[in-house]
Amino acid sequence: MPPDLWYLYESMLRCRQFEEVVAQLWRQGLISGEMHLGTGEEAIIAGIVPQLRDGDALALDHRGTAALLLRGVAPSLILAELLGRGDGLCGGLGGHMHLCSREHLAAASGIVGAAGPAAVGFALAARYLRPGALAVAFFGEGAMNQGMLLEALNLAAVWNLPALFVCKDDGWSITTASDRVTGGDLAARARGLGVQAVEVDGRDVSQVWEAAAPAIARARTGQGPSFLRCRCVHLEGHFLGYALLRATRDPFRELPPILGPLVCAFVRSGGARPRERLLGLRQVMAATVATLRDPRQQRGNDPLARTHDDLARTDPARLAELEAAVTHEISEIAASATQEAA
Amino acid sequence: MKTMQFSAAIDDALAQAMAADPRIIVFGEDVPLLRRNLLVQFGPQRVLATPISESAFLGAAVTAALAGLRPVVEIYMADFLGVCMDALLNHAAKVAAFSGGRWTAPLVVRVPCGGGYGDGGQHEQALWGWLAHIPGLAVVVPATPADAGGLMLAALGADGPVIFLEHKLLSEAWLEMLGASGRRTVRYDVPPDGARGPVPTPWTPVPIGKARLHRAGTDMTIASVGVGVHRALAAAELLSGDGISAGVLDLRTVTPLDRAAVCAAVAQTGRLLVVDEDYEGFGLSGELAATILEAGERCRYARVCTRTTTPYARHLEDQALPSVQRICAAAASLMGSETGPQRF
Repeated sequence: MPPDLWYLYESMLRCRQFEEVVAQLWRQGLISGEMHLGTGEEAIIAGIVPQLRDGDALALDHRGTAALLLRGVAPSLILAELLGRGDGLCGGLGGHMHLCSREHLAAASGIVGAAGPAAVGFALAARYLRPGALAVAFFGEGAMNQGMLLEALNLAAVWNLPALFVCKDDGWSITTASDRVTGGDLAARARGLGVQAVEVDGRDVSQVWEAAAPAIARARTGQGPSFLRCRCVHLEGHFLGYALLRATRDPFRELPPILGPLVCAFVRSGGARPRERLLGLRQVMAATVATLRDPRQQRGNDPLARTHDDLARTDPARLAELEAAVTHEISEIAASATQEAA
Repeated sequence: MKTMQFSAAIDDALAQAMAADPRIIVFGEDVPLLRRNLLVQFGPQRVLATPISESAFLGAAVTAALAGLRPVVEIYMADFLGVCMDALLNHAAKVAAFSGGRWTAPLVVRVPCGGGYGDGGQHEQALWGWLAHIPGLAVVVPATPADAGGLMLAALGADGPVIFLEHKLLSEAWLEMLGASGRRTVRYDVPPDGARGPVPTPWTPVPIGKARLHRAGTDMTIASVGVGVHRALAAAELLSGDGISAGVLDLRTVTPLDRAAVCAAVAQTGRLLVVDEDYEGFGLSGELAATILEAGERCRYARVCTRTTTPYARHLEDQALPSVQRICAAAASLMGSETGPQRF
């Protein structure tokens, strides 16, 4: 079945607008702790989750909101959970990193790499209890350096399990550039463990859909696990309020408290020779410069913008109608949640 | 006297030690960002980024220490020690015993811990009792900037593995990164004397295994570590208004535990109230009860601990963690005549 771009765009837009509401509530202080948004990875989620059926399982990371929405979990339940309310998806006890839904066989974890073994267990249960079903794991490329995930890939291969491992590769392991801490090639790693691997542009929802479809079919028909590497850009960095991203967006306010101590340390007596100190400074500067290229500025990095442009060329009136409908739906949910919060 | 914030004090003491001892290297996830000030002072040979591979780099730190380096390994949060516990449980903690004391692993594992800012049950655990359960590890939990820097210096000079737990609620840097992140719309119940305080120049070691009596009292001894010390001090202040004289003993080190200080304090007051942000069962609070029983001290005892997985919802989290209110209720009950088990 070819992807229906209208449907996929609507799915992505719903996720995006929902997460924008979440960001707003977080900025207002109504959501506590950290907040890891999935904005920028919607094409990966929308390219895969709508292909799932009843009985399929989801092993999610700390950015599980979009996947749960598209799996059919009520947005109001998720929002109530993030607001810490007793009527939330997990009674207000889990929070955004630990969302789960028993009836959807979907569970998130805040431990990097944990989605790997989780998917293996879901897939094992599927083989015994739900023949033809599969488990999907979503994780970042930083998790590919975590032992448990590599062990899980191997286990899925030797047990020939119905699992799809989806690596959402944005190039950053929290705040460290992944290429600085990753050896070799990720797809080759998966292949080396006996798992079929495919690489796609994770900003292109059609590509993701078309790459996932045969992998899902393989899993359903007992042909074993697959690994999908999807490159993407997280529009808000690792988490909301990430210091370096803030510094690039509002340098006059954010940079002085970082630069003052940095300069003091650079000239402090004791420590390395000037050459080593300069190398250290260069590392700090390199991270700042990499962040300075605010990925939001490049329209091509936003999966929604890409699909929007395609659809606008096809039927602008229909697109406007669709966007208005989603905006209305999400704003209603937001209004209701905020009303109850107040 | 100079004052410093909690995490800055740790970094400052670490810098002093690194300048004096080239064997000290620092590595962990995001360390080039988190310890950028050390990176520009000591260069990339001594401050290294790691992949998100805790089992590998913590395991490597153990043998690097065996082979002569003095690694300071950073794990993002105490909860994530679950991923790499083998390196501590079966290796770092065992080397000295297996070698008949001939070989030790002098490494420091610097780990943020603790809750109070709404990150939920997989990111806010205290876990010092779980770690202290293992023979061969030292576990320190400073409550003030001065103790934080001094204990870091002592940890760097220790002969074996030291787990250095840095409470996030005391650390402006961690709270800023995880709780506030630039927004001005959230407030957390940060103990001001723990977040910033006077520090010595230069740093001198605070001995591992030595408690500190923060406040003298004649009716009861409240023993705690970390943020709990400040909750206990606030409660003691309130209790004095009710005519109850409560002393506050900051254990500072969970293991080796300063049993003598606990027994001496309890011998004078006859009542022990343990405030422990870690889990109630099979942990520090029970260990303190065993300590006074074994010493033959006659004593009334109560505890205020965390019993459940920390709830995400802020108001439930505040009820789950030891609070001034819960401490005062337990203290009042200890002063009363009723006996038998009570829950606070």
